[in-house]
Amino acid sequence: MSAADTSDIAGGDRHQSECDGHDREEDQDWWYLRLYVAGQSAKSLRAFANLKNLCEEHLAGHYEIEIIDLIDNPALAGGDDILAVPTLVRRLPPPLRKVIGDLSDTERVLVGLRVAPESST
Amino acid sequence: MEAARAPGADDLGTTNRSGAVAGELAKTPTGISGLDDVTGGGLPRGRSTLVCGPAGCGKTLLAMEFIVRGIIEFDEPGVFVAFEETAEDLTANVASLGFDLAQLEADGKLVVNHVSVVREEMSETGEWDLDGLFVRIGAAIDSVGAKRVVIDTIETLFGAFSNTAILRSELRRLFGWLKDRGVTSVITGERGDGTLTRHGIEEYVSDCVIVLDHRVTEQTSTRRLRILKYRGSLHGTNEYPFLIGETGVSVLPITSLGVRHGVSAERVSTGVARLDAMLGDGGFYKGSTVLVSGSAGTGKSTLAAQFCDSTCGRGERALYFAFEESEAEIVRNMASVGIDLKQWVDADLLKFQCFRPGLLGLEAHLFAMQKFVGEFGPAVVVIDPISDLVGLGTGADVSAMLIRQVDFLKAKGVTALFTSMNSAAELSQAEQQLTSLSDTWLLVKAMEGNGEHNRVLYVLKSRGMAHSNQIREFLLTSQGIELADVYVGPQGVLTGSARQAQEAKEHSDGTARQEDLEQRRVNLERRRESVEAQTATLWREFEDEADIVRRLLSHGSTNVEDRAGQRAEQARLRRADTDKVEDVADRLEDIADVGDIPVGTS
Repeated sequence: MSAADTSDIAGGDRHQSECDGHDREEDQDWWYLRLYVAGQSAKSLRAFANLKNLCEEHLAGHYEIEIIDLIDNPALAGGDDILAVPTLVRRLPPPLRKVIGDLSDTERVLVGLRVAPESST
Repeated sequence: MEAARAPGADDLGTTNRSGAVAGELAKTPTGISGLDDVTGGGLPRGRSTLVCGPAGCGKTLLAMEFIVRGIIEFDEPGVFVAFEETAEDLTANVASLGFDLAQLEADGKLVVNHVSVVREEMSETGEWDLDGLFVRIGAAIDSVGAKRVVIDTIETLFGAFSNTAILRSELRRLFGWLKDRGVTSVITGERGDGTLTRHGIEEYVSDCVIVLDHRVTEQTSTRRLRILKYRGSLHGTNEYPFLIGETGVSVLPITSLGVRHGVSAERVSTGVARLDAMLGDGGFYKGSTVLVSGSAGTGKSTLAAQFCDSTCGRGERALYFAFEESEAEIVRNMASVGIDLKQWVDADLLKFQCFRPGLLGLEAHLFAMQKFVGEFGPAVVVIDPISDLVGLGTGADVSAMLIRQVDFLKAKGVTALFTSMNSAAELSQAEQQLTSLSDTWLLVKAMEGNGEHNRVLYVLKSRGMAHSNQIREFLLTSQGIELADVYVGPQGVLTGSARQAQEAKEHSDGTARQEDLEQRRVNLERRRESVEAQTATLWREFEDEADIVRRLLSHGSTNVEDRAGQRAEQARLRRADTDKVEDVADRLEDIADVGDIPVGTS
């Protein structure tokens, strides 16, 4: 696989909701998600697209997504003990959760991330 | 087989030592003692080997040793991917074997990569693959230029992912990928119920399968190793016992143990002067293996104690493994036959290790012994009795272990004395092995007869010595062991009181004969004296008579001449004829010759 051109995914590594200036540190509802992928595979692209839709729908204004391509940064795989890709890691709010797969089943992702209806204002 | 020759096999540097098939596939030596002999040179190079077995059988250790020895002995860097233990735990666990993982990592030769798998925090949705793992292993391989990879234990993944269909296809891809990377890999797997591994990964790793086992037979456990499969190579098919010792894993194929000990012509005294004499000149060879066998109560332990006593007396150290008596008992019992072991214990020259044989498994025993020997550095080791160890396993295991032990001691130049409970007639397989292994075999036997139970000793064999073929009576006296000649006569071999009686009888017979001879000699002398006396008397009588005769003769001739003169005068006067006068004179001359008779020589 060639080195990832992340612009193909979403035009950058970080994807935030529009409400800049929001004080994330103090916001209990701030979601910080990391998506680990390995190159520009169909699965990776699908996972990112699914995630983006899901966040916009349920966490609009309360999330940040970081994409880590392990092909570029293999050392980062150790941090979250990534074996399978794509893996979505919920860094915030605690506790840490992981969802692996292309995130095609939205219901299961929501359950996996514990995105409860009341937390999505 | 030339046609089947793998292209480029020679380029990879064939390490095959079996020489059975030319052009056999290239192998990666493990450096694990014995394993390379069993596999004919090592694991298949550039391929995957599955090591499987139940919990606690030594899989992780074997795999780790493969990596560490690869680095140390063959300069092949390695990657250890641990799913079960953390790098810290692994480092601590193998530190006791002398493996310094931290140092190897610092040297850039080793990567220990712990992958924690916690299912609770993970859920699955849709398709995924294991590229994350691939990337991590790939990065680790690249970082040190690894030639060897261990994955311990990959089956943990089955507990982490629910979609086993994906997992299986990913594992298949993983092993293929490892092969493509050209690394020699070891995959460990837990034994399953009726299958080699719990999740059947032997299906994917098919080049070489090694099965470890940890079996308990008669309450003692023995580790065993078997090469179940080795594609494209000859391999040993037996189950081989293996040890996890101070230096790691040791597989014990008997054939792997080349016999190349340094030998010594130096002798060590047995502590029994007459036994030294029986063994030719001066006792056992230093570093030899001595077996003392005999039935119960024949004095084997005493012989061993005396040997220790004499060793310590020379200022050398002796290590005494006792499986039947405690130290205090041995010291007390030996004191009763005049062997003071206490002084040597106090002087730190003699050390006892007393434990029950059932305490440990066979391999653990030998390991413990080797450890003690290494620590104490004795010149002499006694194992009393070794037959207790023989009971700890089945024939072949014990044989291999004993060979191992004997070789270990020989290599260290330690003179070993083993006692064995059985007589020659009822030797088990392992003991037969031991008897052929030992250099000197002393047999102590009980002889019953005459209402007594007596001990005899003889040298059944003794390599390289002009040893005696005589049976000696073996006496336990208050001054230790003494050997006495036995009497062989029409009644057979006499020992004990029968021997003493025979001794006394012969002694008295001898005395009587001696007295008789003396008497005869005296008589003869007297006879000679009396003969000489008689001879002297006779001579004196003879000389007396001869004197008289001589006197008479000289006197007689005067008379005759006088008378002849007178007669001549008378004849002249009477005018008688003169013929008769001359006749008488002739006769007188004859008689006068008698005076020439020689006097007796005495």
